[in-house]
Amino acid sequence: MTTLELQKMANEVRKSILIGVHSAKAGHPGGSLSAADVFTYLYFEEMNIDPADPKNPDRDRFVLSKGHTAPGYYAAMAHRGYFPVEDMKTLRKIGSHLQGHPCMQHLPGVDMSSGSLGQGISAAVGMAVAGKLDNKSYHVYTLLGDGELQEGQVWEAAMFAGHRKLDNLTVIVDNNGLQIDGNIADVCSPYPIDKKFEAFNFHVINVADGNDMDQLRAAFAEAKTVKGMPVAIIMKTVKGKGVSFMENQASWHGTAPNDEQFAVAMADLEKVGEALCQK
Amino acid sequence: MSEVKKIATRESYGNALAELGAEHDNLVVLDADLAGATKTGVFKKAFPERHIDCGIAESNMMGIAAGLATTGKVPFASTFAMFAAGRAFEQVRNAIGYPHLNVKIGATHAGISVGEDGATHQCNEDLALMRTIPGMVVINPSDDIEAKAAVKAAYEYVGPVYLRFGRLAVPVINTDPDYKFEIGKGVELRDGKDVTIIATGLCVNSALEAAEMLAKDGVSAKVVNIHTIKPLDEELVVRAAKATGKVVTVEEHSVIGGLGGAVCETLSAKAPVPVLRIGVQDEFGESGPAAALLAKYKLDGAGVYEQVKAWL
Repeated sequence: MTTLELQKMANEVRKSILIGVHSAKAGHPGGSLSAADVFTYLYFEEMNIDPADPKNPDRDRFVLSKGHTAPGYYAAMAHRGYFPVEDMKTLRKIGSHLQGHPCMQHLPGVDMSSGSLGQGISAAVGMAVAGKLDNKSYHVYTLLGDGELQEGQVWEAAMFAGHRKLDNLTVIVDNNGLQIDGNIADVCSPYPIDKKFEAFNFHVINVADGNDMDQLRAAFAEAKTVKGMPVAIIMKTVKGKGVSFMENQASWHGTAPNDEQFAVAMADLEKVGEALCQK
Repeated sequence: MSEVKKIATRESYGNALAELGAEHDNLVVLDADLAGATKTGVFKKAFPERHIDCGIAESNMMGIAAGLATTGKVPFASTFAMFAAGRAFEQVRNAIGYPHLNVKIGATHAGISVGEDGATHQCNEDLALMRTIPGMVVINPSDDIEAKAAVKAAYEYVGPVYLRFGRLAVPVINTDPDYKFEIGKGVELRDGKDVTIIATGLCVNSALEAAEMLAKDGVSAKVVNIHTIKPLDEELVVRAAKATGKVVTVEEHSVIGGLGGAVCETLSAKAPVPVLRIGVQDEFGESGPAAALLAKYKLDGAGVYEQVKAWL
């Protein structure tokens, strides 16, 4: 897809996030919006996947280690064709396949259930190990929050991945700088993130603006050239990106907009969409 | 009388894995720096490329096992019971149990028979913890023959299985080398009419010894081996309870939540009879030679006999 097409799609993904969270009256919009661009890039450009064949053994894998941003993940999957976009309105409701956190048994296309922070990366590592054992060429991607880096298991997994030189693994960190209790640097700073992953024998790619499709494209292109070590893409993003009153507000980590706020948010995104159509 | 052969069930685990590994390419074994102790070294030697040492990081090991299982591998994640069921409980619950992934957890060094290492390494809570996870099969074999058969049954079964093994060499009480292990099927080892002793793991041998002593006092004890704590063989437990009117449970585990807990849950609903739960009381273990500890905590034949006799 062209950059413009990806941008338009990311904007649609953002609208679907809002629709889902508003309908559920619960959920995590902030980190879903900060990662909306990378979800879109992965599902529409980067990954070798087929929504019609979600269990293909040779497919690329994705594990949402920061599982609470399921609305962003689901929105990208829905637009990619895994399930009807209208289903976003069933998010978090009884009987829905769209559980509060991703569940592989409820939703075909989810490669690993997740939600308890720090655990998804280990499963992604396991998939990468299997790929090496079987001489498969698939690639494994996992997305972590920056607050999630406070979980010790992340570093157990990183140590193992570096030790095993898992170059079929790409760890993406959504560095939006905020967690529930506030600024990650104030709560319990994980910085410097890049140097930590370097020390764990990763090839590190810093992305200055992880909400910029061209920068994401360049980062994933560089990642593809790396051999003999896993890759960590540390991308600076804006939490709540695209919705004026949510941007850079920790309070929108896990709160749903009311009707009035929802209308403002959708109007914000409509404007973005219109601007993209003028390009 | 010839000397009874003794083998630790952790040895059986390692040996069974090596045998299974030769037949099944998708079997992989994970360890957390304890391959020497969990006895998976035999497998590692035979299939080095399929042995994955995760280092001292049990939580990550469970996650890696889960990831491997999503690709069709059958991982056996091995470490001490304390770290498998204890430290990594939440990883086992959320990354293995919730998605019902085909991961086998080989938990060695369970119970107080760990011995000298003492309370930090003596897990008396694992059966209780693992039993609460929906869909988790929980197996606690009594001897070498049963343990090897259990590992094979666990491989054949599709879904998460927790296998409990011991450090201490224990008597081989099953004689049939072609012993058929059926998950969820208890085994009646001795008939009796006055009381049923339901035991699991190394306490099955203690129960048999106790029954022998009770017989000399004129007490006829039925002995049932429950190797699968979950799913529990409710039909057998209820039938035995109705037949004898009194039930004793014996396990090298806390009396809270393990075999005793499982049996009481079933009997209270389906055949209420008085139950004596023998096991580790609500306390921690301590250092000492394994046999001496089993005697002190009254989990050997004489200890079980004494408690049953006093209760009847």
